[in-house]
Amino acid sequence: MSRLLLGIAALALLLVGCNQGFSDPSREFGPPVAGKKSGVVTIHQPAGLGLLDTDRRDIHGAPIGIACATCHGAGADMEPIVKELGNPEQMHATITLKHGENTCASCHDTDRSKLRLANGTTFPMSDAMRLCAQCHGPQKRDYDAGSHGGMTGYWDLRQGPRTRNHCLDCHSAHDPAFRGGEAVHPVKDRFMSAPSETHHD
Amino acid sequence: MTDFVSRRTLMKGAGATLGAAAFARALAPLTEFGETLDMQGMLQKHYKELSTEDMHGVLRRLEEKTKEEYGAEVFIDDVRPIPDVQFGYALNLSACIGCRKCAEACHEENNHDRATNNSYIRVLAIDKGTVDLAFSETDYDGFVPQKDKYYMPVQCHQCDNAPCVKVCPVEATWKEADGIVVVDYDWCIGCRYCEAACPYHARRFNWSKPEIPAEEINPNQAYLSNRVRPQGVMEKCTFCLHRTRKGQMPACLEACPTGSRVFGNLLDPESEIRQVLLNKRVFVLKEDLGTQPRFFYFFDE
Repeated sequence: MSRLLLGIAALALLLVGCNQGFSDPSREFGPPVAGKKSGVVTIHQPAGLGLLDTDRRDIHGAPIGIACATCHGAGADMEPIVKELGNPEQMHATITLKHGENTCASCHDTDRSKLRLANGTTFPMSDAMRLCAQCHGPQKRDYDAGSHGGMTGYWDLRQGPRTRNHCLDCHSAHDPAFRGGEAVHPVKDRFMSAPSETHHD
Repeated sequence: MTDFVSRRTLMKGAGATLGAAAFARALAPLTEFGETLDMQGMLQKHYKELSTEDMHGVLRRLEEKTKEEYGAEVFIDDVRPIPDVQFGYALNLSACIGCRKCAEACHEENNHDRATNNSYIRVLAIDKGTVDLAFSETDYDGFVPQKDKYYMPVQCHQCDNAPCVKVCPVEATWKEADGIVVVDYDWCIGCRYCEAACPYHARRFNWSKPEIPAEEINPNQAYLSNRVRPQGVMEKCTFCLHRTRKGQMPACLEACPTGSRVFGNLLDPESEIRQVLLNKRVFVLKEDLGTQPRFFYFFDE
Protein backbone atom coordinates (compact mmCIF):
# COMPACT_ATOMS: atom_id res chain seq x y z
CA MET A 1 0.00 0.00 0.00
CA SER A 2 2.78 2.45 0.92
CA ARG A 3 4.53 1.56 -2.35
CA LEU A 4 1.35 2.45 -4.27
CA LEU A 5 1.07 5.79 -2.45
CA LEU A 6 4.71 6.53 -3.25
CA GLY A 7 4.04 5.76 -6.92
CA ILE A 8 1.05 8.11 -7.04
CA ALA A 9 3.07 10.86 -5.35
CA ALA A 10 5.91 10.44 -7.85
CA LEU A 11 3.45 10.60 -10.78
CA ALA A 12 1.83 13.74 -9.37
CA LEU A 13 5.25 15.39 -8.99
CA LEU A 14 6.11 14.47 -12.58
CA LEU A 15 2.86 15.97 -13.86
CA VAL A 16 3.36 19.18 -11.89
CA GLY A 17 6.91 19.39 -13.24
CA CYS A 18 5.72 19.02 -16.83
CA ASN A 19 3.01 21.58 -16.36
CA GLN A 20 5.50 24.14 -15.10
CA GLY A 21 7.74 23.40 -18.04
CA PHE A 22 5.07 24.22 -20.61
CA SER A 23 3.48 27.26 -19.01
CA ASP A 24 6.56 29.45 -18.99
CA PRO A 25 5.09 32.98 -19.02
CA SER A 26 8.21 34.52 -20.58
CA ARG A 27 7.52 32.60 -23.80
CA GLU A 28 4.12 34.08 -24.54
CA PHE A 29 3.86 36.33 -27.58
CA GLY A 30 1.51 39.10 -28.57
CA PRO A 31 1.32 42.83 -29.13
CA PRO A 32 3.39 44.87 -26.67
CA VAL A 33 1.67 46.04 -23.53
CA ALA A 34 2.88 49.30 -22.03
CA GLY A 35 5.25 48.72 -19.13
CA LYS A 36 5.14 44.95 -19.49
CA LYS A 37 8.69 43.98 -20.25
CA SER A 38 9.78 40.52 -19.25
CA GLY A 39 13.17 40.64 -20.98
CA VAL A 40 16.47 40.96 -19.22
CA VAL A 41 18.69 44.02 -19.57
CA THR A 42 22.27 43.30 -18.58
CA ILE A 43 24.92 45.96 -18.15
CA HIS A 44 28.19 44.75 -19.57
CA GLN A 45 30.90 44.53 -16.92
CA PRO A 46 34.21 45.83 -18.27
CA ALA A 47 37.24 43.62 -17.66
CA GLY A 48 40.00 44.75 -15.33
CA LEU A 49 37.89 46.84 -12.96
CA GLY A 50 40.01 47.55 -9.91
CA LEU A 51 43.18 46.39 -11.62
CA LEU A 52 46.16 48.62 -12.34
CA ASP A 53 47.19 48.15 -15.97
CA THR A 54 50.82 47.05 -16.33
CA ASP A 55 51.10 47.15 -20.15
CA ARG A 56 52.02 43.46 -19.94
CA ARG A 57 50.12 40.51 -21.27
CA ASP A 58 49.91 36.91 -20.11
CA ILE A 59 50.58 33.87 -22.28
CA HIS A 60 47.00 34.06 -23.67
CA GLY A 61 47.33 37.73 -24.60
CA ALA A 62 45.11 38.95 -21.76
CA PRO A 63 46.34 42.11 -20.02
CA ILE A 64 48.01 41.61 -16.65
CA GLY A 65 46.76 43.95 -13.95
CA ILE A 66 47.78 44.45 -10.35
CA ALA A 67 44.90 44.40 -7.87
CA CYS A 68 44.77 47.62 -5.83
CA ALA A 69 44.76 45.53 -2.65
CA THR A 70 48.17 44.11 -3.54
CA CYS A 71 49.65 47.32 -2.14
CA HIS A 72 46.63 49.10 -0.71
CA GLY A 73 45.04 46.23 1.21
CA ALA A 74 42.97 47.11 4.27
CA GLY A 75 45.34 48.36 6.97
CA ALA A 76 48.38 48.10 4.68
CA ASP A 77 51.35 50.16 5.72
CA MET A 78 52.41 52.02 2.57
CA GLU A 79 55.76 53.20 3.86
CA PRO A 80 57.83 49.99 3.36
CA ILE A 81 56.14 49.41 0.00
CA VAL A 82 57.02 52.88 -1.25
CA LYS A 83 60.53 52.47 0.09
CA GLU A 84 60.89 49.17 -1.74
CA LEU A 85 59.32 50.10 -5.06
CA GLY A 86 59.96 53.79 -5.60
CA ASN A 87 57.63 56.77 -5.55
CA PRO A 88 53.87 56.29 -5.93
CA GLU A 89 53.63 58.37 -9.12
CA GLN A 90 55.98 55.96 -10.84
CA MET A 91 53.91 53.02 -9.63
CA HIS A 92 50.83 54.51 -11.25
CA ALA A 93 52.58 55.63 -14.43
CA THR A 94 50.03 53.83 -16.64
CA ILE A 95 47.31 56.11 -15.29
CA THR A 96 46.77 59.48 -16.94
CA LEU A 97 44.50 61.54 -14.72
CA LYS A 98 42.58 64.07 -16.84
CA HIS A 99 39.25 64.14 -15.10
CA GLY A 100 38.38 67.69 -14.11
CA GLU A 101 39.86 68.70 -10.77
CA ASN A 102 39.61 65.20 -9.38
CA THR A 103 42.39 63.50 -7.46
CA CYS A 104 42.72 59.80 -6.55
CA ALA A 105 40.86 60.26 -3.28
CA SER A 106 37.90 61.94 -5.02
CA CYS A 107 36.71 58.49 -6.07
CA HIS A 108 38.90 55.86 -4.35
CA ASP A 109 38.33 54.90 -0.73
CA THR A 110 41.31 54.48 1.60
CA ASP A 111 40.55 50.79 1.09
CA ARG A 112 41.59 51.00 -2.56
CA SER A 113 39.49 48.01 -3.58
CA LYS A 114 36.46 50.23 -2.98
CA LEU A 115 35.00 53.42 -4.37
CA ARG A 116 33.67 56.26 -2.26
CA LEU A 117 30.91 58.78 -2.93
CA ALA A 118 31.29 62.38 -1.77
CA ASN A 119 28.97 61.59 1.16
CA GLY A 120 31.29 58.83 2.38
CA THR A 121 29.32 55.83 1.16
CA THR A 122 31.67 53.11 -0.04
CA PHE A 123 30.92 50.27 -2.43
CA PRO A 124 32.84 47.76 -4.59
CA MET A 125 34.32 48.60 -7.99
CA SER A 126 31.56 46.62 -9.70
CA ASP A 127 29.14 49.46 -8.82
CA ALA A 128 31.34 52.04 -10.55
CA MET A 129 28.40 53.53 -12.50
CA ARG A 130 26.93 54.77 -9.24
CA LEU A 131 30.06 56.82 -8.72
CA CYS A 132 29.94 58.32 -12.24
CA ALA A 133 26.29 59.22 -11.68
CA GLN A 134 27.00 61.39 -8.62
CA CYS A 135 28.46 64.11 -10.88
CA HIS A 136 27.12 63.25 -14.33
CA GLY A 137 23.41 63.51 -13.64
CA PRO A 138 22.20 64.39 -17.14
CA GLN A 139 24.19 61.47 -18.59
CA LYS A 140 22.75 59.10 -15.99
CA ARG A 141 19.25 60.40 -16.71
CA ASP A 142 19.76 59.83 -20.44
CA TYR A 143 21.33 56.43 -19.82
CA ASP A 144 18.30 55.35 -17.81
CA ALA A 145 16.01 56.69 -20.53
CA GLY A 146 17.96 54.71 -23.15
CA SER A 147 19.42 57.61 -25.12
CA HIS A 148 22.99 57.54 -23.81
CA GLY A 149 25.33 54.61 -24.33
CA GLY A 150 25.39 51.86 -26.91
CA MET A 151 23.53 48.59 -26.68
CA THR A 152 23.01 45.30 -28.48
CA GLY A 153 20.25 42.73 -28.49
CA TYR A 154 16.49 43.26 -28.56
CA TRP A 155 14.45 46.45 -28.73
CA ASP A 156 11.47 44.25 -27.85
CA LEU A 157 12.30 42.85 -24.43
CA ARG A 158 9.40 40.42 -24.69
CA GLN A 159 11.32 38.64 -27.39
CA GLY A 160 14.86 38.63 -26.06
CA PRO A 161 17.51 40.16 -23.82
CA ARG A 162 19.58 43.29 -24.23
CA THR A 163 23.14 44.13 -23.22
CA ARG A 164 24.00 47.72 -22.45
CA ASN A 165 27.40 49.33 -22.33
CA HIS A 166 28.93 50.27 -18.98
CA CYS A 167 30.17 53.89 -18.60
CA LEU A 168 33.71 52.49 -18.64
CA ASP A 169 33.21 50.66 -21.94
CA CYS A 170 33.47 54.01 -23.71
CA HIS A 171 35.02 56.37 -21.13
CA SER A 172 38.24 55.79 -19.24
CA ALA A 173 37.63 56.50 -15.55
CA HIS A 174 40.82 58.54 -15.32
CA ASP A 175 40.67 60.26 -18.72
CA PRO A 176 37.02 60.12 -19.68
CA ALA A 177 36.82 62.35 -22.78
CA PHE A 178 35.53 60.30 -25.72
CA ARG A 179 38.46 59.60 -28.02
CA GLY A 180 37.16 59.39 -31.58
CA GLY A 181 39.12 57.45 -34.17
CA GLU A 182 39.66 56.73 -37.83
CA ALA A 183 36.61 56.83 -40.08
CA VAL A 184 35.85 53.47 -41.72
CA HIS A 185 33.99 52.40 -44.85
CA PRO A 186 34.82 55.23 -47.32
CA VAL A 187 32.15 56.03 -49.89
CA LYS A 188 32.76 55.01 -53.48
CA ASP A 189 30.28 56.99 -55.54
CA ARG A 190 30.09 56.30 -59.24
CA PHE A 191 30.60 59.97 -59.97
CA MET A 192 33.34 60.53 -57.47
CA SER A 193 37.05 59.93 -57.73
CA ALA A 194 38.57 57.35 -55.37
CA PRO A 195 38.97 58.56 -51.77
CA SER A 196 42.22 60.40 -51.27
CA GLU A 197 45.09 58.49 -49.67
CA THR A 198 46.18 61.44 -47.54
CA HIS A 199 44.57 61.82 -44.15
CA HIS A 200 43.89 65.36 -43.03
CA ASP A 201 44.57 65.37 -39.31
CA MET B 1 5.25 37.64 -121.38
CA THR B 2 4.56 35.81 -118.22
CA ASP B 3 6.42 36.64 -115.00
CA PHE B 4 7.30 33.58 -112.88
CA VAL B 5 7.25 35.81 -109.90
CA SER B 6 4.77 38.62 -110.01
CA ARG B 7 5.54 41.88 -108.32
CA ARG B 8 2.74 41.13 -105.87
CA THR B 9 4.14 37.70 -104.93
CA LEU B 10 7.62 39.15 -104.52
CA MET B 11 6.31 41.81 -102.16
CA LYS B 12 4.35 39.17 -100.23
CA GLY B 13 7.45 37.01 -99.89
CA ALA B 14 9.60 39.90 -98.75
CA GLY B 15 6.95 40.98 -96.28
CA ALA B 16 6.62 37.49 -94.86
CA THR B 17 10.37 37.13 -94.51
CA LEU B 18 10.68 40.47 -92.78
CA GLY B 19 7.71 39.64 -90.55
CA ALA B 20 9.16 36.31 -89.55
CA ALA B 21 12.52 37.94 -88.80
CA ALA B 22 10.89 40.63 -86.72
CA PHE B 23 8.84 38.02 -84.84
CA ALA B 24 11.95 35.99 -84.11
CA ARG B 25 13.78 39.11 -82.95
CA ALA B 26 10.86 40.04 -80.70
CA LEU B 27 10.89 36.62 -79.08
CA ALA B 28 14.67 36.54 -78.76
CA PRO B 29 14.64 37.49 -75.04
CA LEU B 30 12.82 34.22 -74.35
CA THR B 31 15.91 32.32 -75.46
CA GLU B 32 17.88 34.12 -72.79
CA PHE B 33 15.79 32.77 -69.92
CA GLY B 34 17.90 30.74 -67.57
CA GLU B 35 20.92 32.99 -67.90
CA THR B 36 19.88 36.42 -66.67
CA LEU B 37 16.15 35.89 -66.24
CA ASP B 38 14.11 32.94 -65.19
CA MET B 39 10.58 32.20 -66.31
CA GLN B 40 9.19 31.64 -62.81
CA GLY B 41 10.59 34.94 -61.64
CA MET B 42 9.12 36.70 -64.66
CA LEU B 43 5.64 35.28 -64.09
CA GLN B 44 5.68 35.80 -60.32
CA LYS B 45 2.80 37.78 -58.81
CA HIS B 46 3.08 40.99 -56.79
CA TYR B 47 4.14 40.45 -53.16
CA LYS B 48 0.69 41.38 -51.85
CA GLU B 49 -1.02 38.89 -54.14
CA LEU B 50 1.16 35.93 -53.28
CA SER B 51 -0.61 33.21 -51.32
CA THR B 52 1.23 31.50 -48.47
CA GLU B 53 1.99 28.58 -50.79
CA ASP B 54 3.15 30.88 -53.58
CA MET B 55 5.41 32.71 -51.13
CA HIS B 56 6.87 29.46 -49.88
CA GLY B 57 7.76 28.49 -53.45
CA VAL B 58 9.21 31.93 -54.20
CA LEU B 59 11.41 31.89 -51.09
CA ARG B 60 12.76 28.42 -51.84
CA ARG B 61 13.42 29.42 -55.48
CA LEU B 62 15.30 32.55 -54.37
CA GLU B 63 17.33 30.50 -51.89
CA GLU B 64 18.29 28.08 -54.65
CA LYS B 65 19.14 30.97 -56.95
CA THR B 66 21.45 32.49 -54.34
CA LYS B 67 23.08 29.09 -53.86
CA GLU B 68 23.56 28.75 -57.61
CA GLU B 69 24.79 32.27 -58.30
CA TYR B 70 26.74 33.03 -55.13
CA GLY B 71 27.51 29.60 -53.70
CA ALA B 72 26.00 30.56 -50.33
CA GLU B 73 23.45 28.66 -48.24
CA VAL B 74 20.96 31.29 -47.14
CA PHE B 75 17.60 31.34 -45.36
CA ILE B 76 15.08 33.78 -46.81
CA ASP B 77 12.07 34.52 -44.64
CA ASP B 78 8.92 36.55 -45.21
CA VAL B 79 8.73 38.45 -41.92
CA ARG B 80 5.44 40.28 -41.40
CA PRO B 81 4.84 43.37 -39.25
CA ILE B 82 4.26 42.84 -35.51
CA PRO B 83 0.72 43.97 -34.56
CA ASP B 84 0.55 47.26 -32.63
CA VAL B 85 4.11 48.21 -33.44
CA GLN B 86 5.05 51.43 -35.23
CA PHE B 87 8.77 51.77 -35.71
CA GLY B 88 10.63 55.00 -35.01
CA TYR B 89 14.32 55.85 -35.05
CA ALA B 90 16.20 58.78 -33.53
CA LEU B 91 19.80 59.89 -33.86
CA ASN B 92 21.78 62.01 -31.41
CA LEU B 93 23.72 64.67 -33.34
CA SER B 94 25.53 65.70 -30.15
CA ALA B 95 27.07 62.24 -29.85
CA CYS B 96 27.70 61.13 -33.44
CA ILE B 97 31.40 61.30 -34.35
CA GLY B 98 31.04 60.43 -38.04
CA CYS B 99 33.04 57.19 -37.86
CA ARG B 100 30.74 55.47 -40.40
CA LYS B 101 30.65 52.22 -38.38
CA CYS B 102 26.88 52.27 -39.01
CA ALA B 103 27.40 52.45 -42.76
CA GLU B 104 29.84 49.57 -42.55
CA ALA B 105 27.47 47.44 -40.48
CA CYS B 106 24.68 48.18 -42.96
CA HIS B 107 26.94 47.14 -45.83
CA GLU B 108 27.62 43.78 -44.23
CA GLU B 109 24.17 43.12 -42.78
CA ASN B 110 22.24 43.96 -45.94
CA ASN B 111 24.39 42.09 -48.46
CA HIS B 112 25.49 45.15 -50.38
CA ASP B 113 27.68 45.09 -53.46
CA ARG B 114 31.30 44.88 -52.28
CA ALA B 115 32.71 46.62 -55.37
CA THR B 116 30.83 49.90 -54.77
CA ASN B 117 31.03 49.88 -50.94
CA ASN B 118 27.29 50.52 -51.04
CA SER B 119 25.37 51.26 -47.85
CA TYR B 120 21.92 52.63 -47.04
CA ILE B 121 23.56 55.17 -44.73
CA ARG B 122 25.36 58.27 -45.98
CA VAL B 123 27.17 60.30 -43.31
CA LEU B 124 27.37 64.04 -43.97
CA ALA B 125 30.18 66.10 -42.42
CA ILE B 126 28.79 69.61 -41.96
CA ASP B 127 30.55 72.80 -40.87
CA LYS B 128 29.65 73.69 -37.29
CA GLY B 129 27.33 76.66 -37.12
CA THR B 130 25.66 75.86 -40.44
CA VAL B 131 22.93 73.51 -41.61
CA ASP B 132 23.75 73.83 -45.27
CA LEU B 133 23.57 70.28 -46.58
CA ALA B 134 24.66 71.44 -50.03
CA PHE B 135 28.12 72.17 -48.63
CA SER B 136 28.40 68.97 -46.63
CA GLU B 137 31.03 66.33 -47.38
CA THR B 138 30.58 62.58 -47.59
CA ASP B 139 34.06 61.64 -48.79
CA TYR B 140 36.02 62.67 -45.70
CA ASP B 141 38.49 60.23 -44.23
CA GLY B 142 41.09 60.06 -41.49
CA PHE B 143 40.52 61.05 -37.88
CA VAL B 144 36.99 61.86 -36.70
CA PRO B 145 35.48 63.93 -35.23
CA GLN B 146 37.15 66.97 -36.76
CA LYS B 147 36.90 69.99 -34.45
CA ASP B 148 35.08 72.20 -36.96
CA LYS B 149 32.54 69.59 -38.11
CA TYR B 150 29.46 67.83 -36.93
CA TYR B 151 28.16 64.65 -38.50
CA MET B 152 24.71 63.73 -39.74
CA PRO B 153 24.06 60.16 -40.90
CA VAL B 154 21.18 60.07 -43.38
CA GLN B 155 19.24 56.97 -44.31
CA CYS B 156 15.64 56.21 -45.29
CA HIS B 157 13.29 58.23 -43.08
CA GLN B 158 10.38 55.81 -43.65
CA CYS B 159 8.13 58.82 -44.33
CA ASP B 160 4.45 58.56 -43.54
CA ASN B 161 3.82 60.76 -46.58
CA ALA B 162 6.44 59.15 -48.78
CA PRO B 163 7.11 60.78 -52.17
CA CYS B 164 8.93 57.67 -53.38
CA VAL B 165 5.82 55.54 -52.93
CA LYS B 166 3.62 58.03 -54.78
CA VAL B 167 5.76 58.17 -57.90
CA CYS B 168 6.20 54.44 -58.42
CA PRO B 169 4.35 53.64 -61.67
CA VAL B 170 3.98 49.91 -60.90
CA GLU B 171 3.33 49.91 -57.13
CA ALA B 172 6.56 48.04 -56.49
CA THR B 173 7.13 50.08 -53.33
CA TRP B 174 4.70 50.74 -50.49
CA LYS B 175 4.38 51.48 -46.80
CA GLU B 176 3.87 48.51 -44.49
CA ALA B 177 1.61 48.40 -41.42
CA ASP B 178 4.54 49.05 -39.04
CA GLY B 179 5.65 52.11 -41.01
CA ILE B 180 8.50 50.63 -43.04
CA VAL B 181 8.64 51.53 -46.73
CA VAL B 182 9.59 48.41 -48.67
CA VAL B 183 10.40 47.41 -52.25
CA ASP B 184 9.34 44.20 -53.99
CA TYR B 185 12.63 43.70 -55.85
CA ASP B 186 10.93 41.23 -58.17
CA TRP B 187 8.25 43.75 -59.17
CA CYS B 188 10.47 46.85 -59.53
CA ILE B 189 11.13 47.88 -63.15
CA GLY B 190 14.13 50.05 -62.26
CA CYS B 191 12.76 53.35 -63.61
CA ARG B 192 14.41 55.21 -60.70
CA TYR B 193 11.50 57.66 -60.30
CA CYS B 194 11.58 56.95 -56.55
CA GLU B 195 15.28 57.76 -56.39
CA ALA B 196 14.56 61.14 -57.95
CA ALA B 197 11.55 61.76 -55.71
CA CYS B 198 13.29 61.07 -52.39
CA PRO B 199 14.42 64.35 -50.78
CA TYR B 200 16.82 62.43 -48.51
CA HIS B 201 18.70 60.67 -51.29
CA ALA B 202 17.96 57.44 -49.49
CA ARG B 203 17.29 55.09 -52.38
CA ARG B 204 19.97 53.18 -54.26
CA PHE B 205 19.96 51.59 -57.69
CA ASN B 206 21.68 48.32 -58.52
CA TRP B 207 23.65 49.39 -61.56
CA SER B 208 25.32 46.00 -61.69
CA LYS B 209 24.75 42.55 -60.25
CA PRO B 210 25.99 42.77 -56.65
CA GLU B 211 29.36 41.11 -56.08
CA ILE B 212 29.65 39.42 -52.68
CA PRO B 213 31.99 36.57 -51.75
CA ALA B 214 30.02 33.51 -50.54
CA GLU B 215 31.58 33.56 -47.07
CA GLU B 216 30.58 37.21 -46.57
CA ILE B 217 26.91 36.78 -47.45
CA ASN B 218 24.63 37.27 -44.44
CA PRO B 219 22.46 34.13 -44.56
CA ASN B 220 19.72 35.58 -42.35
CA GLN B 221 17.58 37.22 -45.02
CA ALA B 222 14.06 38.42 -45.76
CA TYR B 223 12.15 38.83 -49.03
CA LEU B 224 11.46 42.54 -48.52
CA SER B 225 14.79 43.24 -46.87
CA ASN B 226 18.36 42.09 -47.25
CA ARG B 227 18.16 39.22 -49.74
CA VAL B 228 20.68 39.72 -52.54
CA ARG B 229 19.05 42.12 -55.00
CA PRO B 230 18.98 41.50 -58.74
CA GLN B 231 20.61 43.93 -61.16
CA GLY B 232 18.50 46.86 -62.34
CA VAL B 233 16.22 47.33 -59.31
CA MET B 234 15.93 49.89 -56.53
CA GLU B 235 16.80 49.16 -52.93
CA LYS B 236 16.55 51.05 -49.66
CA CYS B 237 16.92 50.90 -45.88
CA THR B 238 14.20 48.80 -44.25
CA PHE B 239 15.22 49.49 -40.63
CA CYS B 240 16.63 45.92 -40.92
CA LEU B 241 13.10 44.48 -40.87
CA HIS B 242 14.51 40.94 -40.97
CA ARG B 243 15.90 41.75 -37.50
CA THR B 244 13.54 44.36 -36.09
CA ARG B 245 10.35 42.43 -36.86
CA LYS B 246 11.85 39.65 -34.74
CA GLY B 247 12.45 42.08 -31.89
CA GLN B 248 16.14 42.74 -32.52
CA MET B 249 17.89 46.10 -32.89
CA PRO B 250 18.89 47.30 -36.36
CA ALA B 251 22.50 46.48 -37.33
CA CYS B 252 23.50 50.16 -37.52
CA LEU B 253 22.39 50.75 -33.93
CA GLU B 254 24.37 47.81 -32.59
CA ALA B 255 27.46 48.98 -34.47
CA CYS B 256 27.36 52.57 -33.20
CA PRO B 257 30.28 53.09 -30.77
CA THR B 258 28.78 56.29 -29.36
CA GLY B 259 25.24 55.16 -28.56
CA SER B 260 23.88 57.87 -30.85
CA ARG B 261 21.05 55.72 -32.14
CA VAL B 262 17.71 55.06 -30.42
CA PHE B 263 15.20 52.64 -31.92
CA GLY B 264 11.85 51.34 -30.79
CA ASN B 265 8.07 51.18 -30.87
CA LEU B 266 6.38 54.60 -31.10
CA LEU B 267 3.18 53.15 -29.63
CA ASP B 268 4.86 52.05 -26.39
CA PRO B 269 4.91 55.05 -24.02
CA GLU B 270 7.72 53.42 -22.02
CA SER B 271 9.97 52.90 -25.04
CA GLU B 272 13.34 54.64 -25.41
CA ILE B 273 12.25 56.32 -28.63
CA ARG B 274 9.23 57.85 -26.89
CA GLN B 275 11.46 59.15 -24.09
CA VAL B 276 13.62 60.91 -26.70
CA LEU B 277 10.62 62.45 -28.47
CA LEU B 278 9.17 63.63 -25.17
CA ASN B 279 12.29 65.02 -23.51
CA LYS B 280 14.83 66.03 -26.15
CA ARG B 281 15.12 68.81 -28.68
CA VAL B 282 14.04 66.89 -31.75
CA PHE B 283 13.79 67.85 -35.40
CA VAL B 284 13.11 66.10 -38.69
CA LEU B 285 15.10 66.78 -41.81
CA LYS B 286 13.40 69.00 -44.42
CA GLU B 287 10.24 69.26 -42.35
CA ASP B 288 8.86 71.88 -44.77
CA LEU B 289 8.42 69.22 -47.44
CA GLY B 290 5.70 67.56 -45.41
CA THR B 291 7.12 64.05 -45.77
CA GLN B 292 6.43 63.20 -42.11
CA PRO B 293 9.52 61.10 -41.41
CA ARG B 294 9.85 58.31 -38.84
CA PHE B 295 13.50 59.25 -38.43
CA PHE B 296 14.32 61.99 -35.94
CA TYR B 297 17.45 63.94 -35.06
CA PHE B 298 18.03 65.23 -31.55
CA PHE B 299 20.55 67.05 -29.37
CA ASP B 300 21.73 66.39 -25.81
CA GLU B 301 21.72 70.00 -24.67
